[in-house]
Amino acid sequence: MKKIYLDNAATTPVAEEVKKAMEPFFSENFGNASSLHSFGREAKRALEISREKISKKLNAKNYQIIFTSGGTEANNFALKGVASLTSGKHIITTKIEHDCVLNTCKWLEKQGFKVSYLPVDKEGFISLKELENAFRKDTFLVSIIHGNNEIGTIQNLEEIRKICARHNVYLHTDACQSFCKVPIDLKKVNVDLITINSHKIHGPKGVGALLIKEGTKIEPILHGGGQENGFRSGTENISGIVGFAKAIDVIKDKDIKNMEKLRDTLIKGSLEIENSYLNGPQKNRLCNNVNLRFDYIEGEALILQLDSKGIATSTGSACSSKSLEPSHVLIAMGLRPEQAHGSVRLTLSKESTIEEVKYAIEALKESVEILRKISPFKNVQ
Amino acid sequence: MYNKKVMSHFLHPHNMGEIKNADGIGKAGNIVCGDVMQIFLKIEKDTIKDIKFRTLGCAAAIATSSVATDLAKGKKINQALKIKDEDIIKKLGDLPSIKLHCSLLSVKALREAIYNYLSKNKLPIPKELESVHKKNKKELSIAKKKHGKE
Repeated sequence: MKKIYLDNAATTPVAEEVKKAMEPFFSENFGNASSLHSFGREAKRALEISREKISKKLNAKNYQIIFTSGGTEANNFALKGVASLTSGKHIITTKIEHDCVLNTCKWLEKQGFKVSYLPVDKEGFISLKELENAFRKDTFLVSIIHGNNEIGTIQNLEEIRKICARHNVYLHTDACQSFCKVPIDLKKVNVDLITINSHKIHGPKGVGALLIKEGTKIEPILHGGGQENGFRSGTENISGIVGFAKAIDVIKDKDIKNMEKLRDTLIKGSLEIENSYLNGPQKNRLCNNVNLRFDYIEGEALILQLDSKGIATSTGSACSSKSLEPSHVLIAMGLRPEQAHGSVRLTLSKESTIEEVKYAIEALKESVEILRKISPFKNVQ
Repeated sequence: MYNKKVMSHFLHPHNMGEIKNADGIGKAGNIVCGDVMQIFLKIEKDTIKDIKFRTLGCAAAIATSSVATDLAKGKKINQALKIKDEDIIKKLGDLPSIKLHCSLLSVKALREAIYNYLSKNKLPIPKELESVHKKNKKELSIAKKKHGKE
């Protein structure tokens, strides 16, 4: 059976050139970057070259790049790290953040901080006016996801940054899904903290980074040997970091254009199905994200039907498939629980082809039809 | 997440569909929670001659509907009332713990269908079934109040 992977927002396969770049750093150049001998120096050199490459990609001259174990750690670091040095009390975030930001905010609330969760419109965009109104005297941090992992909404970082700057409040953004898919020039966007990671861009799992603008007051959350300039202790994951730095060149401009085309074909073809809807925006949407909703059926059943036809998809965040709760992102967009339950996310990669997309559309049509035959609502009114 | 048996019942459910002019119809679950089950009965001489289901729900909900209807088919009413969710789980091998409530739903829908048949035909309703029905009705009305619809 044909196998088609359409869950690239969950993770991507490691690219061949990335694997090749990592290979020497397992058994050959295996040194600890903190060691003084040649092995250590070789590791340190690879670490700094990687840092430089990522810095160039984001035009991040006046930022420190702190490597972490991934997006979750970088987001925890940004929020807890800034919170532990502030005299402020209030954080502004959105209702559509990834769980690692939302649950960190909930934890901070338990520590006595106050958090405002901004609503979004029916396409998943925050309102700049509502952001403006959410500021308090003691607001010290705004954290807003750049490209949403479930519905692909790309927020207007530049405008958000302007508002935060006016209030003299730090802006953090989680750019795990948008990094390398949406151009980010930090000199222009000028956010104070930005989270990126590797395994969404054909790099290895277990590596990410927090970029911290010079002068931003932040405490480490991991204490130990003082690696990463004291900001993140723990022996550096050199092979992973080298792979990460290599992965930033994997997705080319032409790949983004191609994914956009495939995305639009997939959306158009799928919407031919009766009583189907697109979740999220038509414009300002991640090039690889499709999120659809079908009346009268349930998302998990649809995913397993598609899986039986060789197609890997998900119901939004892969993390939330362990719970029975409908997606908090879809609910925040104003969907009713039963509508959110009937949703499925398909995410493309640079490897996706038009043949795969056509096959997926046919499989979707068949699967939806099968499940609607089983469902009471399409049949017994 | 699911074993082969569950997947096979999900992909090829038994007794799927509805019975026109059914002698008893039962419903359980709530669309807001993502699972709704409907069971249709054809009854002759106190025996479930035919049984069909329609389910909106996850793979576990569909698989348990398939198994529950298999178990009930051909049984005397009083025997069918004895089917417990453990019987369904046992038949399926196992279910992820988070999905155990799905098996409960199919038992509920079956009992509701039997209740519907007995009360329509003014037949004596066992005490236990009466209380199960009351509980189910109460749950549905709570869900209705909470979410504004069934």
